[in-house]
Amino acid sequence: MTSIILSTATRLLLPLMLLFSVFLLSRGHNEPGGGFVGGLVAAAAFTLYALAHGPERARRALGLDPAALVAAGLGLAVLSGAIGLFLGQPAMTAQWLDMPLPVVGKLGTPILFDTGVYLVVLGIALIIELSLMETS
Amino acid sequence: VLTLVLTGFVAAIGAVWAVPRLGRWAGIVTGLVPLSLFVALLWMTPAVLGGRNWIESTPWAPALGVSLDFRLDGLSLIFGLLITGVGALVMLYAGSYLRGHPHLNRFYAILLAFMAAMLGLVLSDNLIGLFVFWELTSVTSYLLVGFSNEKAEARAAALQALLITSAGGLALLAGLILVSQMAGTMSLTEVLSTPGLVDHPYYEVALVLLCLGAFTKSAQFPFHIWLPGAMAAPTPVSAYLHSATMVKAGVYLLARFSPAFGDTPMWTVLLTAVGGTTLVAAGVLALGQRDLKRLLAYSTVAALGTMVLLLGVGTPVAVRAAIVVLLSHAFYKGALFLVAGIIDHEAKTRDVTRLGGLRKRLPRTAAAAMVAGLSMAGLPPLMGFVAKELFYEATLYGSDLALLLTVVAVAGNAMTVGVAGIVVLKPLWGEAPAGLSHLHDPDGGMWIPPIVLASAGLLAELVPGFSSAALVRPASSAVLGFADEVKLSLWHGFTPMLGLSVVTVLAGIGLFALQRTWRRLGERLARFARVGPAAAYEGALKGLVWVAKTQTRWIQSGVLRRYVTLILLTLVGLTSWGLIVNWRPALGLGDLGELTRLEAVAIELVAVVMILAGAIATLRSRSRLAAVALLGLVGFGVALLFFLFSGIDLAITQFAVETLAVLLFVFVLYKLPRFASLSSRWQRLLDATLAVAVGAVMTVLVLAVTRAPKSGALGSWLADNAVSSGKGRNVVNVILVDFRALDTLGEITVLTVAALGVHALLKLRPGRLADGPEEGA
Repeated sequence: MTSIILSTATRLLLPLMLLFSVFLLSRGHNEPGGGFVGGLVAAAAFTLYALAHGPERARRALGLDPAALVAAGLGLAVLSGAIGLFLGQPAMTAQWLDMPLPVVGKLGTPILFDTGVYLVVLGIALIIELSLMETS
Repeated sequence: VLTLVLTGFVAAIGAVWAVPRLGRWAGIVTGLVPLSLFVALLWMTPAVLGGRNWIESTPWAPALGVSLDFRLDGLSLIFGLLITGVGALVMLYAGSYLRGHPHLNRFYAILLAFMAAMLGLVLSDNLIGLFVFWELTSVTSYLLVGFSNEKAEARAAALQALLITSAGGLALLAGLILVSQMAGTMSLTEVLSTPGLVDHPYYEVALVLLCLGAFTKSAQFPFHIWLPGAMAAPTPVSAYLHSATMVKAGVYLLARFSPAFGDTPMWTVLLTAVGGTTLVAAGVLALGQRDLKRLLAYSTVAALGTMVLLLGVGTPVAVRAAIVVLLSHAFYKGALFLVAGIIDHEAKTRDVTRLGGLRKRLPRTAAAAMVAGLSMAGLPPLMGFVAKELFYEATLYGSDLALLLTVVAVAGNAMTVGVAGIVVLKPLWGEAPAGLSHLHDPDGGMWIPPIVLASAGLLAELVPGFSSAALVRPASSAVLGFADEVKLSLWHGFTPMLGLSVVTVLAGIGLFALQRTWRRLGERLARFARVGPAAAYEGALKGLVWVAKTQTRWIQSGVLRRYVTLILLTLVGLTSWGLIVNWRPALGLGDLGELTRLEAVAIELVAVVMILAGAIATLRSRSRLAAVALLGLVGFGVALLFFLFSGIDLAITQFAVETLAVLLFVFVLYKLPRFASLSSRWQRLLDATLAVAVGAVMTVLVLAVTRAPKSGALGSWLADNAVSSGKGRNVVNVILVDFRALDTLGEITVLTVAALGVHALLKLRPGRLADGPEEGA
C-alpha cells in the first residue's frame, strides 16, 4: 500500500495534526477540546503516517515506545493528584498558579492531569494500532 | 504518638538498605528501634498511670470520617510495651539466629513493619484506622510465615494463615462499620462512651462479626488451625507474632470493646464457650505433639482460649486475670519459643523424643527454659502462678457457671503443666542421645533475650507491686471502664484457689509422666483429621477453586458473541429492574426550546435518517468493508446529533473515535477469513430480540431521565461552579479533569490495562516467539 500522494501528504500532515492536537489540549479547559480528543487526534496522525510509511517508520518518528507514553501519562495524572497532598489538602484538590502564562492561560494541576490523559490516550491508541499492523 | 507508629514504618524502609551493610551488628542496631520506642512508652507511663490519655488526631480522609487518631490509655500501654519490649529482644535474637541469611534485610523490614502496624492497631482510636492496621498485621504475618518461600509447606501455611485471618478481617470490617452506624461515629473513644449499644437492634450481628474477627486472629477453635501451621515461620517470628503479640490482637479487640459490648448473656456465652472449648481442645492436641514448636503453638492456642474465656466472664477479677495471663504468657512463651529456636539451631531437630540432657551442654539456655517453664506450669514465685490463682478466683466466684468453668480451667491448666514438662524437662534432663554431645550455648545475641523474658516473669512478682501498680491496674481500668483496684500477691493464705493449684500441678505431673501414651494417642488422633476443621478448610479451598473455574468457563467463554450477549442482558435486566422499581408514569422530552424550530428539526431528521439507514444497511451488507463503512455512517450520524444538541466536546470526540475505529477495522480486515454467515435463523432471531430489547430499554430510560424532577440541579451546579472553582469555561472538561478527576484517573488506568491486554494477545501468542526475534517494541 504505497502511494506517493499519501506518503507526501502525511509527511506534511503529521506535524500539522500534532500541532492541532496540542492546540486542542491547551484550549480544552475553556473551549471545546481537551486531553482525550487531543490524544485521539495525535494518534490518528501517527496512524496515518504508519499507514503510508509502515509501522516501523512510525515508531521511529515517534521516537519512544508507546508504552512509555502510557506510563508517563498515568504517572503525570497521579502526580497532579498528589500535589494537593503535599500541601496538606485531600488528594486531587486542584492547585492553581496565580500568574497566568501567555498563550497557555492559567496553569494548574488539572492542566497537568489533562496532559496525562493526552499521553495515555495517544500511547494506548498507538499500542493497539501498531501492534495490529505488525501482526500481519 | 503518631511519631511512634511512623518510626517503625520508616525504620522498615531503612532496614532494606541498612541491614546488609551492618553485617553482624544488624540485630543490635535494628533492636535499638523497638528499644527506643519502648523507652518512649515507659517515659509516658507515669502520665498514663496518673489517668492521662494521650490523644492525637491527623485527618486522613475527613470526608469519610476516617482519620489517624491515636490514643494511649492503660490497655494500649500494656500492649505497646509488650510489642516494643519483646520486639527489641526478638530483633536482637534474630540477628544471631539468621546470621548470614541472604534476605536478612527483607526479614527485618517486614518485622519492623509488623511492629509498627501492631503498635498502630493497639493505639488507634479510629475504627477504620484500627482495621487498616489490623489487616497490615495479617499481611506482614503472611510474608513472615512464608519467609522461607522456597518451601511449599511454608507457602501453604502462609496462605492458610492469610486466608483465615483476612476472612475474619472482612467480618471485622463489617462489624466495625455496623458499630459506627450504631454509635454514629468512627471514633473509638466516642463509641465506647455511647450508652445503650447493647440494646441496639444491630447488637447481635455486630457482636458476632467482631467476634469472628477476634477469634480468627486469636486462633480460637475452630479457626485455630492456622497457628500450628504458621510455625513454618522462622522461630523469632513465632516467638514475636504468633505468641507474644499478633495473636493477641483478637484479645485486645474483645477487651477494647467489652465496656460497650460486654456483660450481656450473649457476650458471656459466646466468649466463655469458644474460649473454654479452645482451651481444652488445644490442650489435648498439644499433648500429642512431638515437635517443640507445635507443642508451644497449641499451648499458645490454649492460653488465648483462657484469655477469651476470662473476658467472657467479665467480672473485675476475670479482667484482671486476663491481663495477668496476657503478660505472663508473653514472658514465658516468648522465652520458650526462643529457647526452642536455640535447640533447633544447635541440635538441628525439634523432635522432643530425640532430645535430652541438654542442660549440661546449654546451661544458660536451660536456665531460661527452666524459669519460663515454671511460670508456664504456674508454680510460685513466678507470674504464671499469680495468673493461675486469679484465673481460678474468676471462675469460682461471680459466675453462674462456676462449677463448669472451674472444671474446664483445671483441666486446661493441668494439660498446660503437662506440656510445660514435655517442652522443658524432656529435652533438658535425662540421657543425652548420641550426637548431641558436642553442643554448646550460642552467642549472647541468642541466649540473652530468653533470659530477659524469663526473668521478667520472675521479677514481676518478686519485686512487690511492680507489675500490679504499673501495668495491670490502668489496663484493667480501661477494660472495665472504672478505676480498678489491683493487688497482686503470691500468697493469699489457704484458699480454694491454692487447693485447685495443687490439684492442677499434681494432675499435670501425672499427664507428663504419661507423655509417651499421649504421643501415641496423638498419632491416632491425627487420623481423624479428615473430619476436623483442617479438613473443612481444605474442602472450602477446593470448593472455592472449583466455583472459580466453573464460573470462569461459563462467563469467560472466549466467544465474542456470548460476551456481548451477557453484557447486554445484564444491561437490560438491571436497567429495566431499576426502571420498574422506581416507576413514575411521567415520560417525555421536557422542554426542548430551540430544538423544535423548523430548521433544527430538518437537520435532526437528516441525522436520524442517516443513523437508521446506516444501521439497517450494516445488517444487510454482504461485505465486511461495506459494513465497516456503514457502521461509520451510524457513528457520524450520532456525532451530528451531538452537535445539534450543543455537545460539541462529545461530537469532536465521537468523530475522532469513529475515524480511529474505522482505521482499526481496516487493519483487522486483512487478517479475517472470508465473510460467511454462520449463525442459524434461530440464533439471529434471538440476537434481534436482544437488540430490540436494548433499544427499547434505553429509549424508556432516556425518556424517564429527562422528566426526572432533579435532572437539572446537578447540571446547573456544575455550570455555575466551573468558572469559579474549576477555573475553566468548558464545563465538560472541568468535570473530566477536576470535579471528577478520580473517575478519569480510573478510566485511563482501565484503558492502560486493556491496551496491555491487546498488546499481549497480539504479540505474545505462542508460536510467534518461534518465528524469530521481535522488533524492539
